Amino acid sequence: MTYDIIILGSGPAGLAAAVAARGRNKSVLVAGNPWQDSPLARAERVDNYPGLPGRTGLALLEEFYRHASGLGTDFVVGKVLALLAWNGFSLTVGSQVHQGRALILAPGVVRAAKYPGEAEYLGRGVSYCATCDGMLYRNRPVTVVGLAPDAPQEANYLHSLGCQVVYVAPRQPQGLDETIPYVKAGRLAVRGERTVTGLEADGALLPCAGVFILRRAVAPTDLLPALETEEGVIRVDRRMATSVPGVFAAGDCTGGPLQVSKAVGEGHVAALSACEYLDLQDRPQAAPTK
Amino acid sequence: MIHFNKETFETALAEGKLMMVDFWAEWCGPCQMLGPVIESLADRYEGRAVVGKINTDEEQALAMSFQITGIPTVIFFKDGKEIDRLEGVMPPDAFIQVLEKNL
Repeated sequence: MTYDIIILGSGPAGLAAAVAARGRNKSVLVAGNPWQDSPLARAERVDNYPGLPGRTGLALLEEFYRHASGLGTDFVVGKVLALLAWNGFSLTVGSQVHQGRALILAPGVVRAAKYPGEAEYLGRGVSYCATCDGMLYRNRPVTVVGLAPDAPQEANYLHSLGCQVVYVAPRQPQGLDETIPYVKAGRLAVRGERTVTGLEADGALLPCAGVFILRRAVAPTDLLPALETEEGVIRVDRRMATSVPGVFAAGDCTGGPLQVSKAVGEGHVAALSACEYLDLQDRPQAAPTK
Repeated sequence: MIHFNKETFETALAEGKLMMVDFWAEWCGPCQMLGPVIESLADRYEGRAVVGKINTDEEQALAMSFQITGIPTVIFFKDGKEIDRLEGVMPPDAFIQVLEKNL
């Protein structure tokens, strides 16, 4: 099915947007990492959210989630790998494609910083998707740069396909297959000629044909290159509209203060603006401005 | 839209026309997403360019010979030679630019 609104991110901004959009009777899909992964879940005590002082961040988030879910929001959990703005919006989580008519970006703070050589060799040995590209590296040496909690599972998957995996991460991974060598390193650079030939890890060269860089999330500006930013955050107007028609943004991705009430307020506004965008599209005469 | 195997691909390549070939696989979500874009371009350029797909799972040797290291990858050919390639999911305009330049 095609959803009215797809929301990327299940933190306070995304969940508040879902509540507001369901209130306007729009069909809503929330896609992204588990809601428990929001940085808010790690706040021991939140005392500045009006009316509900003294909660843990996790308790607050759980109530937001229950509220959105109880109103009939659909959820798909996983990393959003790719996004296409054409005939509406489609995005992929794992090997599934989901479609919507409007999009709200609420992924939180996602750093777009890349390793040297990463952008240059993207698609020529650098991959962000073990499921997509693993088969192309059967019986060949690959390194996995593990920066997400599920990265060890993806490394195990590559190993099971027959890739010769070396796992590189700044911290000891949990759940990595014992036969996969682990290299502790943080300073990384992708090396290559026409395609990747190795990964430099803290000065030592690990020869390989592929480098799988597995972060928690793909930055919105990598998912949607047309998105304009300002000082590292997504540029929005007061309606939370971005530079791309039909795309709205809310929460930490639009800049500080990184506070729950700010995220919730923006999520609400973004959802109402998305509803307005959809209603204008449905009216046969009027063309939407944004 | 043509689904190439090794034989049909080589025959088409030998004709030397402008070709656009999408290397994909079923398990790849981004490839599924790009599918409708490729199909729309096949319709739009019918008679002017050959637009087709190669399943990298079924045609591993072909994928290897073109050094496909990530999918989706779209390769453009003219006069039997590779002239350009685009990696990853992109809107139709990105492919149209290359096709128009080489028509």
